[in-house]
Amino acid sequence: MASKSKSASLDRKKLLSDPVMVGMIVILLVFLTLFICYPLFVLLIDSVYTEGQVTLDVFKRVLSMQRFRTAFGNTVVLGLLTSVLSTLVGLLFAYVDVYVKVKSRVVGRLFNIVSLLPVVSPPFVLSLSTIMLFGRSGIITRSLLHIYDSNVYGLKGIVVVQTLTFFPVCYMMLKGLLKNIDPSLEEAARDIGASRMKVFGTVTLPLLLPGLGNAFLVTFIESVADFANPMLIGGDYDTLATTIYLQVTGSYDSTGAAAMSVVLLSLTLILFFIQKYYLERKTAATLTGKASRARMLIEDKSVTIPLTIICSLVAVFVIVMYIMIPFGALFKLWGRDYSLSWKWFEYLFKYSGFKAFKDSFILSIIAAPITALLSMVISYLVVKKKFKSKGFIEFVSMLAMAVPGTVLGIGYIRGYANGIFHTGIMSGLYGTGLILIIVFIIRSLPVGTRSGISALRQIDKSIEESAYDLGAGSGKVFMTVTLPLIKDSFFSGLVTSFVRSITAISAIILLVTPQFLLITCQINEFAEKGYYGVACAYATILILIVYFSVLLMNLFIRFFGTSRKIKEEN
Amino acid sequence: MLESKGIRLEHITKIYQDPKTGKDFKAVDDADLTIEPGSFVTLLGPSGCGKTTTLRMIAGFESPDEGEIYLGSQPINELTPNKRDTAMVFQSYALFPHYNVFDNVAYGLKLRKMDKETIRKKVMDILELVELGGMEARMTNQLSGGQQQRVALARALVVEPSVLLFDEPLSNLDAKLRVSMRTEIRNIQQRVGITAVYVTHDQSEAMALSDRIIIMNKGVVAQVGTPQEIYYRPKNAFVANFIGEANFLKGRLVSKEGNRGVMRIYDHKVDVENVEEFAQDESCTLVLRPESATLDAEGQLPGEVIMSCFMGSYQHYHVKVGDVVVQITDFNPRYKRIFQVGEKAYVKFHACDSHLLKE
Repeated sequence: MASKSKSASLDRKKLLSDPVMVGMIVILLVFLTLFICYPLFVLLIDSVYTEGQVTLDVFKRVLSMQRFRTAFGNTVVLGLLTSVLSTLVGLLFAYVDVYVKVKSRVVGRLFNIVSLLPVVSPPFVLSLSTIMLFGRSGIITRSLLHIYDSNVYGLKGIVVVQTLTFFPVCYMMLKGLLKNIDPSLEEAARDIGASRMKVFGTVTLPLLLPGLGNAFLVTFIESVADFANPMLIGGDYDTLATTIYLQVTGSYDSTGAAAMSVVLLSLTLILFFIQKYYLERKTAATLTGKASRARMLIEDKSVTIPLTIICSLVAVFVIVMYIMIPFGALFKLWGRDYSLSWKWFEYLFKYSGFKAFKDSFILSIIAAPITALLSMVISYLVVKKKFKSKGFIEFVSMLAMAVPGTVLGIGYIRGYANGIFHTGIMSGLYGTGLILIIVFIIRSLPVGTRSGISALRQIDKSIEESAYDLGAGSGKVFMTVTLPLIKDSFFSGLVTSFVRSITAISAIILLVTPQFLLITCQINEFAEKGYYGVACAYATILILIVYFSVLLMNLFIRFFGTSRKIKEEN
Repeated sequence: MLESKGIRLEHITKIYQDPKTGKDFKAVDDADLTIEPGSFVTLLGPSGCGKTTTLRMIAGFESPDEGEIYLGSQPINELTPNKRDTAMVFQSYALFPHYNVFDNVAYGLKLRKMDKETIRKKVMDILELVELGGMEARMTNQLSGGQQQRVALARALVVEPSVLLFDEPLSNLDAKLRVSMRTEIRNIQQRVGITAVYVTHDQSEAMALSDRIIIMNKGVVAQVGTPQEIYYRPKNAFVANFIGEANFLKGRLVSKEGNRGVMRIYDHKVDVENVEEFAQDESCTLVLRPESATLDAEGQLPGEVIMSCFMGSYQHYHVKVGDVVVQITDFNPRYKRIFQVGEKAYVKFHACDSHLLKE
């Protein structure tokens, strides 16, 4: 009986005769191992291995801390509330978008803006504006309602802010799924005699259930991993992410922080595995294929009007919150003196604001092309090639999605501050700009890879095979065929990773050294101190940078994109 | 003229894992084939028979688990597709959507680092050959399916490979275009004199194109031969059934004399030919093509008409003989006697049209 071993060894030989491929795979393996696996592994080691022996002492110590136990409970409660609310609001938006006939153009525009916001929004903008709207000097609470002791800090503040931040993601996810439901299924139910509510409850909802679970878990992971919002608006409501940060920066207890990180990481990883390997598959199984034809939209006014109004209100509210930011920077003193002035911008540029923008910009602009290229290479290898370590590369680059920034930050501190395994090797890395760039890359890699994979899956495998067959090596095929075909995805990956890098805070804030000033850290610092004007001035410029990057991306795709042409063909 | 090379597959086996059960199965099982230089050979079989896998192993996209593949006299198992002197025409055409026609065709030449003028000349010549002269500046999505397929063919031909591989290249075209394109492919292949291996599940395509047909079934080579050999002398029931229609009548060879013999089917004696390989008294099956038999008031096998249907160029009958339904297509029925359902009639055929299969 023959075995598969011969073909495997032949495939290996073929692979080895392709130096570009081998080089790329080795680089990826080393990179991913060093900067994702190793730091996480170190955390695990740190928390079970002290003074030459394996012990659970660190865990025992951490678990007995009241602060930790409260933070854990807080994190779970926050995650549950945020993800339930985000999923519900997201579902409402998706339903209205796909099922309800909305006559007004303005409402359609509102929906568009809302779907774009999560891409362009720096993480803490909504916290800032919530404080400015409803805080002690809030424009609504103090100036309009004359409430002088309003307290937005704590659980309710975080839940509102996180829900508004994360629901657009749920909206986009669920919209995609709802569009794939074949209208004839619902029409069949209607035809047999079910009411609209009944159809929703017995057909639409059950079909959507795995997708809802998916949205719920994705939000849960995001919420639990979120650092910036709990930091700004959490008050004394500490979550795991902030507690870990304070454990390092306040108590200088990085082993304790390592153990806490392991707990937080386990939490997100479990959710991630359920989401990735159970729900995502189930979603794909129940909702396959395409809707056979256009859906008859609901025109019944008793349905359309209330739903449209609710969604518009939410959308307007979110947009108002963004508009607050530039005003926050332009008003002389929020809550007291609403005359316009440039003083916060002047203050910003007088006190090293320029350096902050320069540092953030340079580090991000270096990280972006590397991330975009790496993620396209990973997607190419994952989708189009077969080799032994492929599973590892795919798994680890997706795993990075489930690792909270704070955890990664602690991992880098523990793993690199004294060199690899405290040997001093590579200790030069710590505290440099390079490690910040690496963090930027790792944090954006999963997003780019995911978009690259879905772009590549749509390209007929035989197009690359034909180039290969005509005599091109792997590197040549990638550069002359694959990359030009996923130019859009590459470019959007470029911009997305730039945007994610320049707005990143959670891992960075732990690793940044005084020689670098980063915008996000500045915003955090000034907001903490109550200098909302300066924080807003920073945030305004940041939003503008991000907005123009996205604008640039859309222009590029419109004029130079290839994918559109290919799509038209189909 | 190109220097075309032959291909030799020596005991090639390819094992895949069934994604559902996780069990290994042989997609190609001990295939031993020789393809002569300059010949047009078709791999024909139902889907999942291993024909595409075989082709992809020749191209180098898949690696065999046993055996060796030779291109000319060179073993090529360890060569990657880009190092093999083969060029493939894909089912989906696989044109580069970001290049125009010229750049698509020139792709392989550029990789071979030819100078610009040579490339230009070669591309123009080959486009002329596939009747696409003047179209070089078009983008591929501005072409019809047939034109796209010609570009794909030109792109493969222009690099002057020793072997041209086709993976069901016509299956995305409509029926009429398919017929004209296959004639064209055959013409071009003959003009250039290149070795061609062509995968299809369409038997008329295989018949029209091939010098030799390789029939595959469940990973195993069922028969290799010219279209005539395959059609008239199928080696087994699978081949007989897969190529054209066939009636199978079981019986026993009761007497034999050289090439001729007599077979007993349901107590009726039937004269047959081509019985060299059979022994007297051996059980065997008579293969009868529907178009080689007619219905008549007298003949070899009596039966009852259970279906009679006018199809234009022929009268289609189903006749129950014993417990077997025999299909008959009686061509040009205009002035012939037409039997109606329920009538008794005889199946009549010439002994030279008979073909026997072993049990």
